[in-house]
Amino acid sequence: MGRYVLRRLLQMIPVFIGATLLIFLMVRALPGDPVAGLFGERAADPAVVAQLREEYGLDEPLWKQYLLYMQGILTLDFGQTFSGREVTDVLAQAFPVTVRLALVAFAFEIVIGIAVGLVAGLRRGTVFDGTVLAATLVVISIPIFVIGFVMQFIVGIKLGILSPTVSAQAPWKDLLLPGVVLGSLSVAYVMRLTRTAVAENLRADYVRTATAKGLPRQRVVTVHLLRNSLIPVVTFLGYDLGALMGGAIVTERIFNVPGVGFTIVRAIGLRESVTVVSFVTILVIVYLLANLIVDLLYAVLDPRIRYA
Amino acid sequence: MPDPSSPLPGPGQGGADKPVHIAAMAHGETATGPSGADTVGKPRSLWSDAWHDLRRRPVFLLASALIAFLVVVAIAPGLFTGSDPTFCDLSRSNQTPSASAPFGYNKQGCDIYARVLYGARPSIAVGILVSLGAVLVGGTIGALAGFYGGVVDSVLSRFADVFFAIPLLLGGIVFLSVFPDRNLWTVVAALVVLGWPQLTRIMRGAVISVRDADFVTAARALGASNRRILLRHILPNALAPVIVIATINLGIYIVVEATLSFLGIGLPPTTVSWGGDISSAQSSLRTAPHVLMFPAAALSLTVLSFIMLGDAVRDALDPRLR
Amino acid sequence: MSADVLDSGEGRPVPAGDALLQVRDLQVEFRTRDGVAKAVNGVSLDVHAGRTLAVLGESGSGKSVTAQAVMGILDSPPGFVTGGQVLFEGTDLLQLSSRQMQRFRGERIAMVFQDALSALNPVYSVGFQIAEMFRVHLGTSRREGMAKALELMERVRIPAAKERLKNYPHQFSGGMRQRIMIAIALALDPQVLIADEPTTALDVTVQAQIMALLADLQRESGMGLILITHDLGVVADVADDIVVMYAGKVVERAPVHDIYADPAHPYTEGLLASIPRVDRKGQDLAAIKGLPPNLTRLPSGCPFHPRCPYRRDDPCTTEEPPLYEVSSERGSACHFWDEVVGGDHRAKW
Repeated sequence: MGRYVLRRLLQMIPVFIGATLLIFLMVRALPGDPVAGLFGERAADPAVVAQLREEYGLDEPLWKQYLLYMQGILTLDFGQTFSGREVTDVLAQAFPVTVRLALVAFAFEIVIGIAVGLVAGLRRGTVFDGTVLAATLVVISIPIFVIGFVMQFIVGIKLGILSPTVSAQAPWKDLLLPGVVLGSLSVAYVMRLTRTAVAENLRADYVRTATAKGLPRQRVVTVHLLRNSLIPVVTFLGYDLGALMGGAIVTERIFNVPGVGFTIVRAIGLRESVTVVSFVTILVIVYLLANLIVDLLYAVLDPRIRYA
Repeated sequence: MPDPSSPLPGPGQGGADKPVHIAAMAHGETATGPSGADTVGKPRSLWSDAWHDLRRRPVFLLASALIAFLVVVAIAPGLFTGSDPTFCDLSRSNQTPSASAPFGYNKQGCDIYARVLYGARPSIAVGILVSLGAVLVGGTIGALAGFYGGVVDSVLSRFADVFFAIPLLLGGIVFLSVFPDRNLWTVVAALVVLGWPQLTRIMRGAVISVRDADFVTAARALGASNRRILLRHILPNALAPVIVIATINLGIYIVVEATLSFLGIGLPPTTVSWGGDISSAQSSLRTAPHVLMFPAAALSLTVLSFIMLGDAVRDALDPRLR
Repeated sequence: MSADVLDSGEGRPVPAGDALLQVRDLQVEFRTRDGVAKAVNGVSLDVHAGRTLAVLGESGSGKSVTAQAVMGILDSPPGFVTGGQVLFEGTDLLQLSSRQMQRFRGERIAMVFQDALSALNPVYSVGFQIAEMFRVHLGTSRREGMAKALELMERVRIPAAKERLKNYPHQFSGGMRQRIMIAIALALDPQVLIADEPTTALDVTVQAQIMALLADLQRESGMGLILITHDLGVVADVADDIVVMYAGKVVERAPVHDIYADPAHPYTEGLLASIPRVDRKGQDLAAIKGLPPNLTRLPSGCPFHPRCPYRRDDPCTTEEPPLYEVSSERGSACHFWDEVVGGDHRAKW
């Protein structure tokens, strides 16, 4: 088990370096002047430009710039926004909000997704199952922003149950609706995955053995079936975090959630690439860590991996 | 994964078959022998099997019909409407559907019906181009990684992991935010660059599972070169899951493109696109919901068709689900 | 027949002669897309305490389905029990609710399956899976359950059992895994054990060990053993009585030595004739012509007639043969059993 953990950690390092390099290259080496990007929409004064170029080391060779960027990451110094705030401060304020939002979405997709998927898988071929399949398909087809708008309209405005936008402190109550919207796409995937895994495992030999052992049906399902069926779902959840991060950007924009995504969108509008780059970098790191945790969790769930 | 060496029914006397294969028998087909003289004969029987199965599935037929229709609309939207989608008369702002404008008018007074029709092209074009690109790039890399294994595999897999580490939407946002001008091709490029790793993984997994099959060993023993083995034997069998995922992903790419347009960094606002229209419809949602509903419905229906198609193809190709 | 009473190991004395388990005219059908397959078509058999009944037949003969129907673990749909009785000490198991049947399983009747790797849950330790029997059925504590699991592992002769309690199924060899399955099945001292091809997936030496283990365990506990197999060699050593199945029916039943010495049904005769023998080197291998029938489209009359060298058009193709009484202990479902019995068993093959 220890060797497995170590191996995964070591594998992560080149990926981390590669990903940050990729982000860096995407931003710096593409056509378009990053300094002009710093100015946003305003016109650029040549003297200031020259000074900024020196300050940000933009005249240095590319590899040196990359090292500066990496240094910034490792020391958590990302520079300043246009309004003079430290990017790290902005991050520290926005990050917890997004975390809460993501947690709501996660809880929603795990609890509802697995429960419904389990029932659908156990009742494969029935009307319930067919309905679940059709409904999930429809949800996957509708873009998240449409779902967001519609839900905002219906629940927030027409029915008035929950607040249509989120206030500055972003309490849990306000995050309920955006969280559900954020998780809507994922819950559909989790439902389908669970359903397929359960339906397949239901025919498995070990389930037959468990029944032959005289174990009550409930135990066969919850102890034997579920544990095996959840393995593909867990792996999906790690990947899903990445999707959630993208979806968070949209959701935060629709519901005015003052989180990471919202900030990124605003920064894009202002062409404030330093903010965009650093926020995205952080998100990518979070994603990598989440995948690492998922891989470890996978090993906990499936002993065959542990001793491979 | 498809096993091309599945047992063929023996010379039965009037239907004398092994009873255990009842459900697995391909619908009474009695093809007993390679359908062609060359070695690709056996894999083809899986595809013709799948084709026979697909032809009968209503989901497949419905999805294909819808997609065919949408492609026609995308190629020649003018066939379906005489209106000009860019001709907008503010006096007609937010009018509800009527006889002359079946979908009504949006905030600027443009004909929504025409815009929905013309908006099909960029969405479908993006979907198809990105899928093709991702399959070509990702599929090639995955096939090489799976086939050669060893160092080649490690390097290519790590390379794919790097791109995989950047989530699709997020990466798309970053990528496109730094491009000064945006058009269809930059969007396609962005999505291909971020989307190919997924197909690499699928192809690699499929190639690995097929590579160790007995019939490959047999081909090798008969002296087939690596290139021949890869192209004639492995790829036809490994292709199935790739095609399924690519088809399903087509729908997803369309959604992502729409989302990017919604955020304002996808297709430029001068292009008539569903994502852009939905985005600008946000402000008038309360007063004129139809402005958002029609392009949204069109978008969802398109995506649904591709996903349904992919689902149907997967069910047809997966022998276990029979 | 001795009037002795055998102790079945649970303090429940059973008269030696009576059957523990009696299957009467069992009917099971499978409803598939291609039609209804009669997988079990009027099967009757008896299992006695302390004796081993071998159920012999090839794939598709209905032997596993019979066992599954007895245990009540048939995949339903597509399988359905459409008739017959399964009498366990007088109680018809087929009439029980699933809750009631669940009490029987594991405690009174237990089953061992063919492929232990897929039959054991890969994510739980073997100790857990054995202990589960005690914890769920008897409510024992976790620690005590593990202690009993250890005892069982030693009873089925797994070396270094103490260290291996926490291991997972994939960490054992095939033979060891099969022993674990046997341990699970025997945990609560069932009166009947059904072993569905327990050694098919194992190589020959391990096969012999497992069969010897089963025989010893049976001797110790006095349980009735149903051994389902297609392997004539395995049967000869272990079985007391044999039932031969073909196309969902019992075609012959007899004590084991009678079957080998003097079969009474063409199918049995064909099976025996097809065994390769060293002393017949250089001669063609005998085989039964043709293939087993499609259960959705059974031949009229006797299901074996398309392949039978004894067949006459009438009555073989028109009348389904009942199980004729060859002697008080033997039965044969062949219209011409008297030609088969006592004849030259190699002539027609």
